[in-house]
Amino acid sequence: MNWALTGAFLFWAGAWALNEWLARLNPRSASAKRALGILIPAIFGITLLVVWEGLVRGFNISPVLLTPPSAIWARLVSSVPTLWADFQQTFLKAVLIGYAIGCGAGFLTAIAIDRSPFLQRGLMPLGNFVSALPIIGVAPIMVMWFGFDWPSKAAVVIIMTFFPMLVNTVQGLTASTAIDRDLMRTYASSYWQTLFKLRLPAAAPFIFNALKINSTLALIGAIVAEFFGTPIVGMGFRISTEVGRMNIDMVWAEIAVAALAGSLFYGAVALLERAVTFWHPSIRSG
Amino acid sequence: MTAAAGTAPAGATTPFFRRAVEGKTLPILIVLGVIVLIWYAFTVYLNAPWQIDAYERAGTEWTAADLVRDTMAQERPVLPSPHQVVAEIWKTTVGTRLTSKRNLFYHAWITLSSTLLGFVIGTALGVLLAVGIVHNRAMDKSVMPWVIASQTIPILAVAPMIIVVLNAIGLSGLLPKALISTYLSFFPVVVGMVKGFRSPEAFQLDLMRTYNASGAQTFWKLRWPAALPYLFTSMKVAVAISLVGAIVGELPTGAVSGLGARLLAGSYYGQTVQIWSALFMAAALAAILVGVVGIGQRMVMARMGEKP
Repeated sequence: MNWALTGAFLFWAGAWALNEWLARLNPRSASAKRALGILIPAIFGITLLVVWEGLVRGFNISPVLLTPPSAIWARLVSSVPTLWADFQQTFLKAVLIGYAIGCGAGFLTAIAIDRSPFLQRGLMPLGNFVSALPIIGVAPIMVMWFGFDWPSKAAVVIIMTFFPMLVNTVQGLTASTAIDRDLMRTYASSYWQTLFKLRLPAAAPFIFNALKINSTLALIGAIVAEFFGTPIVGMGFRISTEVGRMNIDMVWAEIAVAALAGSLFYGAVALLERAVTFWHPSIRSG
Repeated sequence: MTAAAGTAPAGATTPFFRRAVEGKTLPILIVLGVIVLIWYAFTVYLNAPWQIDAYERAGTEWTAADLVRDTMAQERPVLPSPHQVVAEIWKTTVGTRLTSKRNLFYHAWITLSSTLLGFVIGTALGVLLAVGIVHNRAMDKSVMPWVIASQTIPILAVAPMIIVVLNAIGLSGLLPKALISTYLSFFPVVVGMVKGFRSPEAFQLDLMRTYNASGAQTFWKLRWPAALPYLFTSMKVAVAISLVGAIVGELPTGAVSGLGARLLAGSYYGQTVQIWSALFMAAALAAILVGVVGIGQRMVMARMGEKP
């Protein structure tokens, strides 16, 4: 037992006890409750980092095997320009463009086949089936078709995001109840009026569900597609080359950026959802 | 009376026909047929430039019929035609010895074994963690937000590093790939099972309390059965994503076997037909895995007395 291990262990025990105590608190005010809701997971996250650092130092694990968080942070700060260039290439170009086109196309297709029960019955099982497939495998084909630069990655992202959006939107369009639709009929509203005023708002929770699923899928798709060939910039490219050169701290830094970008992207969609579907029970209670 | 007698024989034959039209079979078949037609059209369209170029170099006369025939029989087409892919799959599954490295079943088996190992470990871990989260308030509050946050992280990006690092300490072969599958399959199970263990309603829990049931009894007789439907739903997601993890896990290390390795080798050497056949194999594997979980679900649910 050396000091780093003991320290990490003591910190973990202390943080655990603190969390047990905090979780049992039942504050009256809503703001205190919200603060607790942030504080407890934050303590847990910090504990993870401290234990990680302590384990690496205590057992003298080689940094190639498991890089301590402090070294990752140092690397992250020292190579901001590279990381920013990779982020631009992968996230701002491939992910965002592919995400917008893929989700848009899925949404429009769902609206288009909405009026044809025949197409719905034909396409929906296929869409559900495709959602379970390892679509990521089309990446090498897309790289062959659209070249090494970001359009091929965007194409992979489009294919990956299309089907979840299609399936969820079609499901969402059936979410309004018969009473609501009958009411719209008594108002003599047209198909499009019913669509925009009743069925699309009712479908919003489903659509946002797809948007959230897709935000993760898009990032994964773009990064993995870069394993199949890229220009010399991009997060997936950096990860695969730096792994080959055993610069594991750079890989971790890249992963940290990807994690941060993924969480922010997801968080942005979730915030938008709160703003749009404020009426939904799951939001009202929270 | 006569009318009823007249419709009776027709009624005996129509259910099948009606099911085909009003059910999902016919629409799916038609949509699939249209997709295949579009595929053939694109095969001609995408492969034509190269083929025309080849004609001009050879200086041969060509007609539209020649063009259509030859674009579907190229060695390295931009888009192989469906029958080329089917022929390639047939050749590499039935046409070669099972133990040969050229056999697609061999590669599928490599991928399948790490998928299954990762899936089993991941599901077990996920259930255990969900039990902890449901029974411990501190764990619920501290771990759950991180489980959800971790889903927003592109875990697959870590895959090459895990493989290389584990290789560096001497772990190679099945386990590193299975670990990636574990990592991926474990989150849907945690989220689904936490929901499932919480699905018994308050009055049901109260009833258990009036029976003076212990914690373990409440768990095994109420919470676990109530969570089973959730378990199967999340297992379907988990097994699909587990396969993706196994395939991606085969990409970075220059693995020599597995469907992911076939994809990578195909992309290095421009063997499009090989890529497509590996893709179709992966799709079939995913369908079988999800189907098997679905059958398990139906069997368990039937034994639990659920009406179909």
